[in-house]
Amino acid sequence: MSGHLVIVPILLPLLVAALQLLVGEKRRRAVLALSVGSGVVLVLAAAALMQAVAGDGTLAAVYRIGDWPARFGIVLVADRLSALMVLLTCVLGLAVLPYALGRWQHRGGHFQPLLQFLLMGLNGAFLTGDLFNLFVFFEVLLAASYGLALHGSGARRVSAGLHYIAVNLAASMLFLLGVSLIFGVTGTLNMAALAELIPHVPERTRALLHAGAAILGVAFLIKTAMWPLGFWLPRTYAASAPAVAAMFALMTKVGIYVLLRLSLLLFGDGAGPASAHFGSDWMLWGGVATVVAGTVGILGARDLAKLAGYNVVISSGTLLGAIGLQQPAVTTGALAYLVISTLAIAAFFLVAGLLASDGDDETDDTLVLEPYEQPGESSASEGLYAAEDESLVVISAPIAMLGVGFSLGALLLAGLPPLSGFLAKFALLAPMLEAGTVGAAVLFTLIIVAGFCTVIAMCRAGIQIFWVDSDRLFPNVRLVDIGSVALLLGLCLLLTVFVEGPLGYLRDTAGQIHHAANYIQAVLP
Amino acid sequence: MELVLAAAIGILAASGVWLLLRPRTFQVIIGLTLISYAVNLFIFSIGGLRTGADPVLHGGDIAQYADPLPQALVLTAIVIGFATTALFLVVLLASRGLTGNDHVDGEDGTP
Repeated sequence: MSGHLVIVPILLPLLVAALQLLVGEKRRRAVLALSVGSGVVLVLAAAALMQAVAGDGTLAAVYRIGDWPARFGIVLVADRLSALMVLLTCVLGLAVLPYALGRWQHRGGHFQPLLQFLLMGLNGAFLTGDLFNLFVFFEVLLAASYGLALHGSGARRVSAGLHYIAVNLAASMLFLLGVSLIFGVTGTLNMAALAELIPHVPERTRALLHAGAAILGVAFLIKTAMWPLGFWLPRTYAASAPAVAAMFALMTKVGIYVLLRLSLLLFGDGAGPASAHFGSDWMLWGGVATVVAGTVGILGARDLAKLAGYNVVISSGTLLGAIGLQQPAVTTGALAYLVISTLAIAAFFLVAGLLASDGDDETDDTLVLEPYEQPGESSASEGLYAAEDESLVVISAPIAMLGVGFSLGALLLAGLPPLSGFLAKFALLAPMLEAGTVGAAVLFTLIIVAGFCTVIAMCRAGIQIFWVDSDRLFPNVRLVDIGSVALLLGLCLLLTVFVEGPLGYLRDTAGQIHHAANYIQAVLP
Repeated sequence: MELVLAAAIGILAASGVWLLLRPRTFQVIIGLTLISYAVNLFIFSIGGLRTGADPVLHGGDIAQYADPLPQALVLTAIVIGFATTALFLVVLLASRGLTGNDHVDGEDGTP
């Protein structure tokens, strides 16, 4: 039984989604029960998988589909990194459920099955050990994400979705080109076999192999929204339903995962002098440019959902730069930052969605912020500098809860102490200081600046929403709505307290993926 | 034969990219379709071009077979490409219905 654990995170959502389609939209309770059941079982399965691969000396759990040997058939490989990403996916999939139940699922058809298909695609992409199979799972998760991005319809959403789909279809074509070039040179698509072959590729075809890898890399860089390939992201995320946007916080991380995996596996230290660290400089400087673009964006963002969207961009840029440095210690910090920033951004999208909706029904509006102006000119500054109103201000429970959620999210995203956002950022930044290269120094400085600008943008948004405009009608927040936010932020708080265990796991993970031999040995014994 | 195939892929891809950058949704979808034709032909050609080579059915010289794997890959790619194009077509029609014109941004400057 334990041998089949690896395929559970892929098969279960597929079966549940199919069942939900058969049961039909009308029987809401049955569909809900299936979703919740699937979510809980998935989290347990992912935790068991992590437990199974975390032991000392365990390289990875390998599942051969159809029991074909690895070189001929498709394998699923769960090593520490895959298990971590699968667990993150399943936790996020479960955490957005309460929010979706309360508000969003009835705005359009088939929200729950699409969410299950998205989980299946994400888990498959994290687990597969075959490049073409990775393409198939990418298409599964993208097809589900197209449906989810358009969930709720409306002109703004459809227009943003149109761009999103066009960009991703073009990226899929690049993906196919890259994969076929690599296949043409090496004759295999199994990642472990590729890693084994790359040092022995003849010199005359090596340029072709690099071209293929670079085209493949561009396809993933589009998904991670590297500047200048990421202009689609803030608009799409801001336009989609909050529960969906929270799930999408993980979608850019799929690109990050693949880049991390492939750059270390195929072009790590063992790839020979001609291929070692191929493309790492591009990722480093691309990451730097992305952080700058995200910082400019976050300062210019005019609504709360866009603010969260640019946070996704900054987080992508930071991670790309960290991958480009190719050092185990930096990778450890990057993984910690990946987990925390994903959870925090997801929570922030949900808070933004709650703040923007008025009353108990949903609207398409996002919360628009006032532009920056000289003190004394705008209504916002009048509110700030006006004499305190003497009358007693009653702070209602929803405002208090949302305020706490907002400020916790802001602290986590900006990386301020004492929360886990700070710990993750510290784990990321400290080894960069010791790296002593120009790239590391530039990235270090920019991450600090980006954090500072995030604080400015968040303060401004918080002041305008919670303090200045006291007449703003706040929504009736139900307990289920805040449940999702509480779950996500609670996890971040837990990680603040119990930081040592997870960090140890991440350190071992980084050590494992920096030695490609581990992966090759597990898949091709 | 190589030259003809290379030229065909190149022309398809170039026309596709040109159309993809046009402002009308219909041009974009035709451009994406052309690019996917080019990519499918490209995948098909990576197994090497041979006329009259056997499929893997009979015994004999293994070097003389047509490579079956790119054919399997291209089948998968065609199916997926077809499905996503159909999906894009639906979104395109929805956008046309909601905004009343076929510009990719939903507005083309002219009222």
